[in-house]
Amino acid sequence: MAGTPLRRPGVRSLPLLLLLLVAVVLSGCGGNGSPSSSTASADSGAKITFWTRAATEAASRRLVDGYNASHKNQVELTVIPTDNYQPRIAAAAGAKNLPDVFASDVIFMPQYTSRGLFLDITDRIDKLPFKDSLAPSHIELGTYQDRKYGVPHVLDLSVLFYNKVLYQKAGLDPDKPPTTLKEFADQARTIRQKVGGKVYGTFWGGSCGGCYVFTYWPSIWAGGGEVMNKDGTQSTIDSPQSVQVFQTYNQLWKDGVVPSSAKDERGPTWTSYFPKGLIGVMPMPSTTLGQMPDNDKVKVGVAPIPGPDGGESTFVGGDSLGISATSKQPDQAWDFISWTLSDQAQVEIVAKNKDIVSRTDLASNKYSDADPRVVLINQMVGKGRTPYALNFGATYNDPNGPWIPVARDAVFGAEAAKALTDGAPTITKALQQQ
Amino acid sequence: MGKTASMGAISTQTHDTTSLQPAGRRPTRRSWWRSRSLKGIGYTTPTAVIVVVLFLAPLVLVFWMALNRWPLLGSPTLNAPDNYTQIPDNPLFVQAIRFTLKYTVIITIVLLLIALGLALLVQERRRGVGFLRTIYLLPSGVGFAAAALLFYGLYSSEIGPLDGILRSLHIIDKPFSFTGTPNAALFSTIALVIWRFAGFQMLILLVGLQSIPSELYEAARVDGATRWQTFRRVTLPLLRPTLALLLVVSVSGSLLAFDQFFILTQGQPDNSTLTMVMVIYREAFFRFNLGGAAALSVVVLLVLVALNALQLRILRRND
Repeated sequence: MAGTPLRRPGVRSLPLLLLLLVAVVLSGCGGNGSPSSSTASADSGAKITFWTRAATEAASRRLVDGYNASHKNQVELTVIPTDNYQPRIAAAAGAKNLPDVFASDVIFMPQYTSRGLFLDITDRIDKLPFKDSLAPSHIELGTYQDRKYGVPHVLDLSVLFYNKVLYQKAGLDPDKPPTTLKEFADQARTIRQKVGGKVYGTFWGGSCGGCYVFTYWPSIWAGGGEVMNKDGTQSTIDSPQSVQVFQTYNQLWKDGVVPSSAKDERGPTWTSYFPKGLIGVMPMPSTTLGQMPDNDKVKVGVAPIPGPDGGESTFVGGDSLGISATSKQPDQAWDFISWTLSDQAQVEIVAKNKDIVSRTDLASNKYSDADPRVVLINQMVGKGRTPYALNFGATYNDPNGPWIPVARDAVFGAEAAKALTDGAPTITKALQQQ
Repeated sequence: MGKTASMGAISTQTHDTTSLQPAGRRPTRRSWWRSRSLKGIGYTTPTAVIVVVLFLAPLVLVFWMALNRWPLLGSPTLNAPDNYTQIPDNPLFVQAIRFTLKYTVIITIVLLLIALGLALLVQERRRGVGFLRTIYLLPSGVGFAAAALLFYGLYSSEIGPLDGILRSLHIIDKPFSFTGTPNAALFSTIALVIWRFAGFQMLILLVGLQSIPSELYEAARVDGATRWQTFRRVTLPLLRPTLALLLVVSVSGSLLAFDQFFILTQGQPDNSTLTMVMVIYREAFFRFNLGGAAALSVVVLLVLVALNALQLRILRRND
């Protein structure tokens, strides 16, 4: 008796099941067909969820708007406060509740890929006609055990911004930005002395680990020094070049060339002083160039970050993009990601807004060529570095990691060399922590 | 006679009532009990479910996680007791224990004294007392995280008014950093916690004060007791249960401090204001070491249970 009513719907639903099976097989055939038909089926009107951090929101939003306007798929962007991004990703991953697509600060990529948060997209990337032109540092950091998990999304380089208005006021040549760190310090000092008042020579985020990494390390690289070994397991922050760089900044602090608020600056407002015309020259993120004012208080000049005795380098930062390991619609997600790298998106959206393109073959385009400052930043992509370490975030970015006390001691303490020598082993320990 | 008759009536009534239930109806009584116990189960089930789902299950999970290497995605692997043996190697946690205990002692004493002072101030019905009580209690209506952000702005030399006020009063001549040194950061945070919680503690103490019978004060006055003697011999002893409650709440809350330091100081400068829960948070969400974070949570939980048991024991003995 009990079996009969159960069996009946089963018999009735058999044709339906068969029909479904045929439909699945057919759709599977379509998916395995030519790339064009695959792309067509990927733009099926799906809702793609996409998370990014506040720091790179503007660039992400422009790309999302561009994609949504021209596709049936609709990307839903969620912006998470930058400081909270890592914990949110970790919590979502723990609950297997990650969005389809999420951006990651490029330096956190090794940590995410090694923990399996991203889907392997090696084959998809290799099918792109411009795969060899994708920003090399982003591809390198998104590669784990020879498999690729991420593509470049936003490129954010550290470069010197100097205020030509203040240079003129201080009697400096506005067309001669510093070419050595010593010149940088001299020019900053001159601005503080000659202009004074609320205007200071330079600024940095004194309690912001990521800011130190982004602004100081290029000077160390430009001088031929290293901050870590290649595997990111050993700190070499006590190298002679590094000591020289920290000593220069330490002296600027002692001489009062930098506002006292720099010591407690934890990151959220470290770029807010320059656009107000209060700072002479400082390393800044290239992505802020498009938002810089051009008036009688501020005229921005751009120069590479120099080493102690010359040379130039940059920290190639920004975000990478990947499909989450838990996404149920990787084809649709890839449709969006691959579109963000297309000529159309890169030139008409990214370059048009004075952002750095993610492809080296598009470095020279109608928009960037019109502004020599953007040309310079584009050129720096090839000269810059993105350091690799599995524990990068927990060592350098985490406000309670070992890096901030060491850097603060070196910059604001009595003696930079001793602070770095004493601090290097603690950083190494954090880098090696399992 | 009448009394006996009425007694008899009652006894008859009683008898009648029992006689209404024949021997064969006994199961009805049992079913009444059953339905009563079912009713009881019905009433307690929602609470039991909430306790199991929101308290017991996570607790068991935390104990289990602490015995495993627990990845963000994928299946965990047993690695006991590594998560526990690694704890002494975590210098941040050791440092955080010291700081959290220091903070707990200071805030519990200061908060209790201030709240008691406020409660005594507005204890008696006088003109304007209602207004003062409202003013003192008002900050309790602000969310703690929101309050911490408010103070973050207040202390900022860029956007906050404090810096300008202190300078115009010539108390300072250059920007003062309210979170720049370990002590400044600690006491700036304590000021925030007092602002946010003193009013609430005052309210609880006020309830305790109001429940002391006024006759006792009158008797003390008749006996010629001074104000101080009345406070020591009458108010304090009778306020002890309220004080005990506040002590337990304050100590537990302070040992679990997170929001205020996370928002206001981020544990800085140089990790001097790092609390135990912040280290757990860091371990889980920056280092993705969920097993290690669970082990630290278990340690904090055991410390809390032990401390509360000790406090309750001492207070009970005094009773």
